Amino acid sequence: MNQIPALARVFAYLSILTVGGGMAAFPEMKILTVDVHHWLDFHELIHLYSVGQLAPGPNMMMIVSIGDWAGGLLGAAVVLIAFFGPTALLALIIGRAWNKLDKWPWRTSIQQGLAPVSIGLLLAGTLTMAKGAVTGWSTGGIALAVLLTMLWRKVNPALLVIGGAIAGGIAFMPK
Amino acid sequence: MSDAVVNPALTESQLVAAARAKATTASIFREFLIIGATSFGGVVPYLRNSLLTKNHWVDDKEFVELLSISQSLPGLNATNMAVLLGDRLRGWMGAAAAVVGVCLPGAVIMLLAGIAYRIRGDHALVTYMLKGVAAAAAGLLLSTVIQLGKKSLSQHFDLVFVLITVLLVNRLHVSVPRTLIAVGIVAILFHYPRKAAKEDASQ
Repeated sequence: MNQIPALARVFAYLSILTVGGGMAAFPEMKILTVDVHHWLDFHELIHLYSVGQLAPGPNMMMIVSIGDWAGGLLGAAVVLIAFFGPTALLALIIGRAWNKLDKWPWRTSIQQGLAPVSIGLLLAGTLTMAKGAVTGWSTGGIALAVLLTMLWRKVNPALLVIGGAIAGGIAFMPK
Repeated sequence: MSDAVVNPALTESQLVAAARAKATTASIFREFLIIGATSFGGVVPYLRNSLLTKNHWVDDKEFVELLSISQSLPGLNATNMAVLLGDRLRGWMGAAAAVVGVCLPGAVIMLLAGIAYRIRGDHALVTYMLKGVAAAAAGLLLSTVIQLGKKSLSQHFDLVFVLITVLLVNRLHVSVPRTLIAVGIVAILFHYPRKAAKEDASQ
């Protein structure tokens, strides 16, 4: 079955939801890619997102894998364009208008008002993801250790993700 | 703006203007491709290092301003920054070169990683490691949310909007766009432009 139009539609829609960060779109991404279109299962989605943290560049690049699985190389390309195209165009337009909006008093209101909503959306996405990723004491411990390390020290996050892989390998290894 | 600065010594804005005049679409693509290929653990610090410290394509003030625009728009910070910076350097061609450059390496890597996962993802040890990776990513995300919250919330009451948003999406399963529009409008109205704030800003 040809999934290309659905991939284009879903990822263009998701791109508009990424206010504040890619994770803001995660709850809808889970519903659309897992529950509606069955392109992958929830654990695969979480694994892909997490492995994506080890790749350089923008942090939602795991969408390319979803596109490839559902529609091959063309699917990957379509997803990439659908997910980054609309917001790139919007950034171009707003970026140019921004200085003109300087004297518009509502600009600050919009920024201040959107900040808590976008953080709420990021948190909602994080909790959706954590529900699948933190399944017991060992995974909870790894998540907490990473959280505390990040809050206390400046560490490259990619190193902590590698640490998670090692800890996971040791913790879940059959004795 | 920066045009007003006239100084015999080479000021930061003159340095930036000179560096910008030399930027070509190809050099923009190359710089962003390098950033896209090396920015392990988050793009923004690498953007800053390359564009500000190494190439002098932006000054500190403009970088922070562009970052704040990026954060209030839909789209990832990394790609929004690429578009905004590329546009300031060489118009839409610069923006296109920057965004393609910053995305390309990660996209190729994840394409290959996805293929590898399909082949080897059910291998026992890989599964255990992926569990650890996912748990680490969850902790990482939560730390990002906390740090972003500390930085960008303008008052304690904003936590109420954060909480309502989370409850709507995660508990009541309201869709993200509806939540965004509904809570967004209320929060923007809550932060309506006050006269006092305006006078403060003009002083």
